[in-house]
Amino acid sequence: MVQPLSYLKESPSQTAGPYVHIGCTPNFVGIGGVYDTDLGAGPMVNDKTRGERITIRGFVYDGAGTALKDALIEVWQADAQGFYNSPSETRGAADPNFFGWARCPGDMATGEFVFETIKPGRVPFRDGRLMAPHVTFWIVARGINLGLHTRMYFSDEEQANAEDPILSRIEHRMRVPTLIGQREGDTITFDIHLQGEKETIFFDI
Amino acid sequence: MKNLPPETTPFFARDRGWHPPAFTPGYKTSVLRSPQRALISLEGTKSEVTGPVFGHNILGQFDNDLIINYAQPGESAIGQRIMVYGRVLDERGRGVPGALVEFWQANAGGRYRHKKETYLAPLDPNFGGFGRTITDDEGSYFFRTVKPGPYPWPNGVNDWRPAHIHFSVFGHGFAQRLITQMYFEGDPLIWLCPIVKTIPDEEAIKQLIAPLDMNATIPHDLRAYKFDIILRGRRSTLFENRLEGN
Repeated sequence: MVQPLSYLKESPSQTAGPYVHIGCTPNFVGIGGVYDTDLGAGPMVNDKTRGERITIRGFVYDGAGTALKDALIEVWQADAQGFYNSPSETRGAADPNFFGWARCPGDMATGEFVFETIKPGRVPFRDGRLMAPHVTFWIVARGINLGLHTRMYFSDEEQANAEDPILSRIEHRMRVPTLIGQREGDTITFDIHLQGEKETIFFDI
Repeated sequence: MKNLPPETTPFFARDRGWHPPAFTPGYKTSVLRSPQRALISLEGTKSEVTGPVFGHNILGQFDNDLIINYAQPGESAIGQRIMVYGRVLDERGRGVPGALVEFWQANAGGRYRHKKETYLAPLDPNFGGFGRTITDDEGSYFFRTVKPGPYPWPNGVNDWRPAHIHFSVFGHGFAQRLITQMYFEGDPLIWLCPIVKTIPDEEAIKQLIAPLDMNATIPHDLRAYKFDIILRGRRSTLFENRLEGN
């Protein structure tokens, strides 16, 4: 006999279902009067937020190429200096005018999601090398049994992307572009493919 | 617990055999929405061990009382009055303080307040079906509601969801982010449900079934169900590999 380790097991995930909006974005589906605003809705910046304004937009596609109309997308990112607005951020103080987290339901007619934010700074990898600027994405929807984690990098950061510790160790190079948001002007387009030829890289974090 | 410094260590690897796999053909919608390639393993970096923290300023006075938070003054939702309480813990058994917990559900007749919902059971004008709260210093939370009804859904010809409440939970790191569902002790529909059955391990399913707690029940008022939520644990010590350069 040995001593028991006594760890608990993580609660198993269940799908967010078709009515995730009721709980997470009620005003978006016309259920007003309980929350003043939906949590994480609207621009992620205010007048005082430091950094370059960008807009991220995209769709989540299923294996048949149809855009999901019922997905919920959350993002989490560093501020313009590369600091996270989190107690677990120990390197320095993040911009108090940038929360760094937002959520957006896909448009019910088209499925499009939009985030008005700033371009994040670079954050160090575990060994101290700098990662390229990136935004963490988390996607849930009916039919997704466990929330999917991925990252969006930026097409205008070729040099940083080339030396990024995560991008550079991906074996199947043809899949790397699935993690790169395409920049035109101030808009970054980032489509997420759940399945198929263009399946986005998802991470087991 | 309040005075401990925030933790910065990585999370335990997720046991993906305990969670439902992505592709579960008995739940038809998963077929075209399931990634087919292997996930890329990534031990958490700063981007995943950090996460947003929500203050009590986001909460309204009745956010954790679904019986009245959508009701007309003086009225209340129709159905069996219950309280759901429990703790948000991590896999080490430690309470997770300050965790935002959001919940949503159908009304007592099994009808959701949602524009895409078409079930013939009626809406309750006094029931919105959602709320939220933030855990206290021990990770405890509670809310008051009515017991949701089971309802039919388009999957198989005759599939019914067991009575359930959806939960969305934030921990301290974004890698802990979790959405799950709570079921009620004794509901025969649990073991027939294609969504429940996406979970391969019966012991894991039991982790989502809330028992009736007569001790916490308030006589002549409402019954209590206990539902603990376990988030991923994180290493307690930081002996980091290759810290050079930090």
